[in-house]
Amino acid sequence: MINTSETTGPLIRICGLAKTFGCQTVLDGVNLDVNQGEIMVIMGGSGCGKSTLLRHLIGSMLPDQGHVELFGKRTCDLNKKQLTETKKKFGILFQSGALINSLTVGNNVALPLREHTALDESTISIIVKIKLELVGLREHADKLPAQISGGMKKRAGLARAIALDPQILFYDEPSAGLDPVTSAQIDQLIIDLTRKLHVTSVVVTHEMDSAFTIADRICMLDKGKVLKIGTRREFEDLRDSDINNVTNETELLIRQFLRGDADGPITQRIVNSDYEEDLLAVNEDSKLCWCK
Amino acid sequence: MSIITTNNNGIVKSQTITGNTTILELTGEIEMNCVMQLREAVMEAMQESKIVVLNMTEVKFMDSSGLATMVETLQQSKRQDKQLKIAGLNQRVKSIFEISRLETVFDIYDTEKEALA
Repeated sequence: MINTSETTGPLIRICGLAKTFGCQTVLDGVNLDVNQGEIMVIMGGSGCGKSTLLRHLIGSMLPDQGHVELFGKRTCDLNKKQLTETKKKFGILFQSGALINSLTVGNNVALPLREHTALDESTISIIVKIKLELVGLREHADKLPAQISGGMKKRAGLARAIALDPQILFYDEPSAGLDPVTSAQIDQLIIDLTRKLHVTSVVVTHEMDSAFTIADRICMLDKGKVLKIGTRREFEDLRDSDINNVTNETELLIRQFLRGDADGPITQRIVNSDYEEDLLAVNEDSKLCWCK
Repeated sequence: MSIITTNNNGIVKSQTITGNTTILELTGEIEMNCVMQLREAVMEAMQESKIVVLNMTEVKFMDSSGLATMVETLQQSKRQDKQLKIAGLNQRVKSIFEISRLETVFDIYDTEKEALA
């Protein structure tokens, strides 16, 4: 239900994005294009900057440097009205589902339709049923969020995210905390929405099974930098490669992450950290930093 | 004998009334800003005829409000004991019906000719 006929070129463009919190650089010159109709998975370890990147994409955080382009326009150049119009063209599935607890599942899905359209209640009611059927929750429309499971909350959040037929869907850890079956259902939904409704999807995750199921391309972040952007096949090949054939340090690091190996450059980095200096306060900068 | 009305503006390109059947030829993109027009056109056609065929060959795109409006008109057709048929969906619009699991709820035909048979 997505009208993408007018759009050409990458739907999302991230150019030189940089963000620092205090002395910690969270994003360090990130460049990434996401093409129309593809599923781009952004992966990386905890604290690598992927959630911060997502916050920049949805406009809830401003960069120190660089910019984000959505639908060919720099988001930082948009006025409030233009930004609101742009935000109507994308949906977000938050990690928790982010439902309003005092509203039923159905009314949560109806909320953006009531806020942003002049449609009749009868039409809104049918749209809500269609969206809930899409995520398999139609029979739970009258329940409150407290009365449904975590996986159902996520699916309800997805129904709400697609209520306005967005052209882009951002997913923040869609499979986190879900059982394998529910996780697979969410993966299939992401694929269906992308393929059948021509949505462009950006999925932040560190769930490997999910990433390799849904991704067209993958962007691997580490310490706020892009380590590698490639097709799912390229990442699969790297994951499955013989370690003796991988000599590049970056690729060894990615390989360890993809395989979930206990030993490798990521682990070595932790061993080589400045633990002793920090503990003994030899380095004054580190002491000052968190005291600010 | 057929009465044909053509319209160069809006979502309804032409209306053909033959016997107990009205064919509405739709065109363009069925979106939020034209769903009222679609609803009125179909309701009006149901006043005239027992069978209403929506020829959607020239419909390039339909959003959720369009789909919901189609469901509303189908509800009305059932209440009034009329038949609402859809013909000529392109693959993209057909996918919208399929993913919403509405392809079996509506009477959908590949061509207008099949819908009239």
